[in-house]
Amino acid sequence: MRKVPNNRAWWLVLPVFILVAFSALIPLMTVVNYSVQDIFGPNAAYFVGTDWFREVLRNESLQASLGRQVVFSAAVLLIEIPLGIGIALLMPTGGKRASLCLILLAIPLLIPWNVVGTIWQIFGRGDIGLFGRFLNEIGINYNYTADPVDAWFTVLLMDVWHWTPLVALLCYSGLRAIPQAFYQAAEIDRASRWAVFRYIQLPRLKSVLVIAVLLRFMDSFMIYTEPFVLTGGGPGSSTTFLSQTLTTMAVGQFDIGRAAAFSLVYFLIVLLVSWLFFTAITYPDRDK
Amino acid sequence: MIAWMQWTLPTAIFFATIAAILLVMTVFEVVKPCVERKGFLPIATTRGDRLFIGLLSSAYIHLLFLGLTEASLWIALAISVVWLGVLLRWG
Repeated sequence: MRKVPNNRAWWLVLPVFILVAFSALIPLMTVVNYSVQDIFGPNAAYFVGTDWFREVLRNESLQASLGRQVVFSAAVLLIEIPLGIGIALLMPTGGKRASLCLILLAIPLLIPWNVVGTIWQIFGRGDIGLFGRFLNEIGINYNYTADPVDAWFTVLLMDVWHWTPLVALLCYSGLRAIPQAFYQAAEIDRASRWAVFRYIQLPRLKSVLVIAVLLRFMDSFMIYTEPFVLTGGGPGSSTTFLSQTLTTMAVGQFDIGRAAAFSLVYFLIVLLVSWLFFTAITYPDRDK
Repeated sequence: MIAWMQWTLPTAIFFATIAAILLVMTVFEVVKPCVERKGFLPIATTRGDRLFIGLLSSAYIHLLFLGLTEASLWIALAISVVWLGVLLRWG
């Protein structure tokens, strides 16, 4: 049957386009405008060209902050994605136990970010916190407010606790969507547990994994509230990530032009990495 | 009403150029719909894909010039325009 070309359905997308224009395009244009000016107030802006970009790209503390951010996001993805898949594989396939697992997994996702930070701030304390006190009692010298390694460990553990359930829930829904016939065929072929995972479950999880990887990358790359509440970016600046540096610049120092230039560089990094992830994961299936 | 957006002439020209490119590409697409093909890029791309890759890489070319050299950005712009043309034609 010949496909009739009809593009009138695009008009239905118009309301979303208008919404996106107001929520994203106009603010983005404004940020671009700010990034080439030194802004002192509503009527006092001076054109400075690309000076802010030059300054931001050569600033060593920003480069260090970017380095920490990349390491953090990579660690988050390397831990949370395999762990989430593992949890989803171990979960019961149905019945009351499955419902109970789903509820337990959803709990961390329902807690507001600043509360998560506060919970872990108390949990990790060496004097009254269950976790910190326990580690100190068994002879491990743990203090996340003074030791950068401990601070990193706590921030990572907090993020894994908070967001692995999201990956697990996505993977669980993906696993439940695999028709039983695939497993029956695998059983007839006497496929091993690993072969079932490698050739049936993993390929069928691809679409949910794209969403999980993109969400976790973008979210971890813009992490702000949790480490800010937990460590305040310290000790020193060891857990100061990009968005905290940006907020300090824009709100703390009211350095709008520089912060705008920094945001655009930040935006371009997120855009590039998201596009690379998306293309790398979806491209092999594009012709199918 | 748009005073808070702090428009400047260079940024206005920048966005007008992007809008013009999108408009031309839309008209081009209606007049002559594109077919996905594989050029020197490792993936098969449509015309829109190549434009996106070209614009994104042009932004990075400018950032590299700003971050690593003292050279004029007009050179970066010239390289980007040539690169965008090469990418759209043979990418």
